[in-house]
Amino acid sequence: MARSLVDKIWDAHVVRSIASGQDVVYIDRHLIHEVTSPQAFDELAARNLPLFRPSQIIATADHNVPTLNQHMPIEEPLSRSQVDKLTENCQKYGIELYGLGHQRQGIVHVIGPELGLTQPGMTIVCGDSHTSTHGAFGAVAFGIGTSQVAQVMASQCLLLTRPKRMRVAVEGTLRPGVTAKDLILYIIAKLGTGGATGYFVEYAGSAVRSLSMEGRMTVCNMSIEMGARGGLIAPDATTFAYVAGRPFAPKGEAWEQALAYWETLYSDEEAVFDAEFVYDAADITPMITYGTNPGMGIPLTGRVPSQVPDAEAESFDKSLKYMGFERGESLLGKQIDYVFIGSCTNSRIEDLRAVAAYVAGKHKASHVEAIIVPGSKQVEQQAIAEGIDKVLAAAGFELREPGCSACLAMNEDKIPAGAYCVATSNRNFEGRQGPGSRTLLASPLVAAITAVQGRIVDITQYLN
Amino acid sequence: MEKFQTLHTTGVPLPFENVDTDQIIPARFLKATTREGFGENLFRDWRYNADGSPKADFVLNNPRYSGEILVAGKNFGCGSSREHAAWALYDAGFRTVISSYFADIFRGNALNTGLLPLQVDDKVLARLLAAIEADPQLELVVDLPAQTLAVPAWDETVSFAIDPYKKECLINGYDDIDFLVNQKSAIEAYEQQRAWTW
Repeated sequence: MARSLVDKIWDAHVVRSIASGQDVVYIDRHLIHEVTSPQAFDELAARNLPLFRPSQIIATADHNVPTLNQHMPIEEPLSRSQVDKLTENCQKYGIELYGLGHQRQGIVHVIGPELGLTQPGMTIVCGDSHTSTHGAFGAVAFGIGTSQVAQVMASQCLLLTRPKRMRVAVEGTLRPGVTAKDLILYIIAKLGTGGATGYFVEYAGSAVRSLSMEGRMTVCNMSIEMGARGGLIAPDATTFAYVAGRPFAPKGEAWEQALAYWETLYSDEEAVFDAEFVYDAADITPMITYGTNPGMGIPLTGRVPSQVPDAEAESFDKSLKYMGFERGESLLGKQIDYVFIGSCTNSRIEDLRAVAAYVAGKHKASHVEAIIVPGSKQVEQQAIAEGIDKVLAAAGFELREPGCSACLAMNEDKIPAGAYCVATSNRNFEGRQGPGSRTLLASPLVAAITAVQGRIVDITQYLN
Repeated sequence: MEKFQTLHTTGVPLPFENVDTDQIIPARFLKATTREGFGENLFRDWRYNADGSPKADFVLNNPRYSGEILVAGKNFGCGSSREHAAWALYDAGFRTVISSYFADIFRGNALNTGLLPLQVDDKVLARLLAAIEADPQLELVVDLPAQTLAVPAWDETVSFAIDPYKKECLINGYDDIDFLVNQKSAIEAYEQQRAWTW
């Protein structure tokens, strides 16, 4: 029977099915970090359970780490204690930890792919909703809660209901200045913030195929922002070339075997999807969000909707009031206070290169504070090797050390109340970047141009 | 996990859609390494001013409303996977959230916390929100074994769906760890027969 990609991977991981319909699904790779793991370790200890497969877990510290002076002890006591707890637990249970100061440290969804931990056909989980990022490799990857983190620690399995399947195809060629981030913001604006709840989304079509692995990661990363359990893209030559030679990638004969298997990972032509959408790449222009969920996105040159269904009006107007915007207005010309370039969505070397290529020889507007936080130590080192650090410094951008930073404002990197921030991250929720902060999500290119202009502009008029 | 059978209580209305887990518990309050105490910061930035004083217009600060059921707009719990959101609601005394739909990860987290995510259709939700706002003492009865939500004042009972396995878990206070650890031999057999070893 014809099967979709998610079904092929799912089927290969079913240990057994139970009468009420769930499957015991085997998990290949479990990524953990300091914020959602401590209570799971406590759960194991309280039940006197061993860690079932320590070698299938990799840990890093990312959510709650400072992005300045990482060589110094963490000043904030609660943050320090949380990071120390991760180190203690990893030592106690024999888990590989890439903690602060380690050459492999970084945002969990940046280091997984760059180390070759993320591979096609795998099941990958992490106590973080943006685990969907790893789906870019043709993996079934999804975020879980802390109780489930404990379940995987105890059994390397989860009890799950098979997801529904959705395919979103984007066909054609993206216009100049339109990036993977614009593509996914466009899709989320079309489907809405809860539009894919219950589904695994397969992204397809020539515009998706033409994206680099990093672009594909940006797309899959934001699947959760429309409620999807995960997103994935069938692996192809671009995927295999990216994985080859990375530290955890299969080598020699194992590589040949892996490749032979990976080449079978695509949705069969006759596969049936529960929902399908097709978009034309030519319709996508640089995007920005105006509201307080990622589905509230418009073209940069568009207008805030003037009409919404009655049932949604109260929430919609609450959102606009928070943002300080009016129904029907254009965002062009709005002054911006901060630009944040970073997060598991857009903090990889291609993102930094795109920013550097634009800002080289220019300077940020004097009233804008521009912060750029690389996704990992490796990204940071690569940026330095390429001289990107110097280009950014000359343009007045501050290059920080790796972590989740102002995406979720757990550490001291916060946007002040009332300030507008154009951010390359994934969520524009109220207070996400700090109490009262106002976030406008956009691509790294839009962020770079906004930082230089100091206000929202039609970036297609400013491309180099 | 505490057992969940029936609940006779009143409801607290939160008529906004897409309430995300950053509103339920902002990230800066996720630094604790235990499960307890998150209720204090439930809806922190909607509930308190920057100086810590309560915002009078937020429903949890309104003495008219109390009860163990939060009644919220559709797509409740979207965003981050933080189970702390379910813990915060539970810690603050809620045992059920009623909405017209829930984000997937939140739904799972709630079930694993002993908090019942009770889904009704948009019409029932709108009626409930209006009725509670009109009469904060409106009695609500959740019967999990029977899978019903009763509103005695309406002389009406609404059925709700729940996965049969998760229902048993809630009623008995079981969780998936107990079940999964008992699957050890099947899991080891699976590992042995896997085609790929890289």
